[in-house]
Amino acid sequence: MTVPLSYYLLLSGIVFLTGVIGVLLRRNIIIILLSVELMLNATNINFVAFSQYFQHVAGQVFVFFALTVAAAEVAVGLAIIIALYRAKSTINIDEFQLLKW
Amino acid sequence: MEQMFFFYFAFVIAAAAVFVVAVRNPIYSALALLITLFHVAGLYVTLHAEFLAAVQVIVYAGAILVLYLFVVMLLNLRQDIRYHRQWPMAAVVGATLVIETAILTAMKGWTAPVVAPGTETIVGGTGNTEAIGDVLFSTYLFPFEVASLILLVAMIGAIILAKKDLGEPAES
Repeated sequence: MTVPLSYYLLLSGIVFLTGVIGVLLRRNIIIILLSVELMLNATNINFVAFSQYFQHVAGQVFVFFALTVAAAEVAVGLAIIIALYRAKSTINIDEFQLLKW
Repeated sequence: MEQMFFFYFAFVIAAAAVFVVAVRNPIYSALALLITLFHVAGLYVTLHAEFLAAVQVIVYAGAILVLYLFVVMLLNLRQDIRYHRQWPMAAVVGATLVIETAILTAMKGWTAPVVAPGTETIVGGTGNTEAIGDVLFSTYLFPFEVASLILLVAMIGAIILAKKDLGEPAES
């Protein structure tokens, strides 16, 4: 008995929604980045589910590229967080309201 | 059997995702994300994407999560910061997404999309890794090179951003 495609879409929707709410509600920048990772994973689940549904391998190649971009995002994002922490010694997002100081 | 596995993975993924957002301590948050990523890898295995499952474990759980934990422990955070005062905003966005999902779920009679003839590649069969490599180095060769460029730029950017005396002329 195989799993219908809509179940995967529903799961992906739930995870994406959790990520969006995390980005909007949390004040810790690290948790916001973790929520972004959640959203990326939700889209990846979608890609792989559709890839299996269509018997087409392109979806999995796109997940591969999404992984690359996620790795780049993490590297740059964490570097920015460290730079911000050096400047203000906090990572509460409410403290960062200026473009220049 | 397949459905049982799916429901197990789906339940753990959803629960751990909620933990990532709700838990107070960033380290617990990162560890909950680790659980999520492992179960997403399991879901990939049930979807016959074994190569991606391995890459997911190696890259996400092995590299990205370790980076997060490293930064969390490097910054030695206090735990007093938690929620924003953006509940109305989050409620609006969340409600929109929920309604959209509900409509899409309730919508019956949509025709199943079909694959364009002549473009399908068999996912299983000879081997998942082989199929992906075949497509990646023929059809998607240029995006693959661009991805390597993105990684190079990200590496340089991270080194420049995290350097200590940024923008100050070196005195020696």
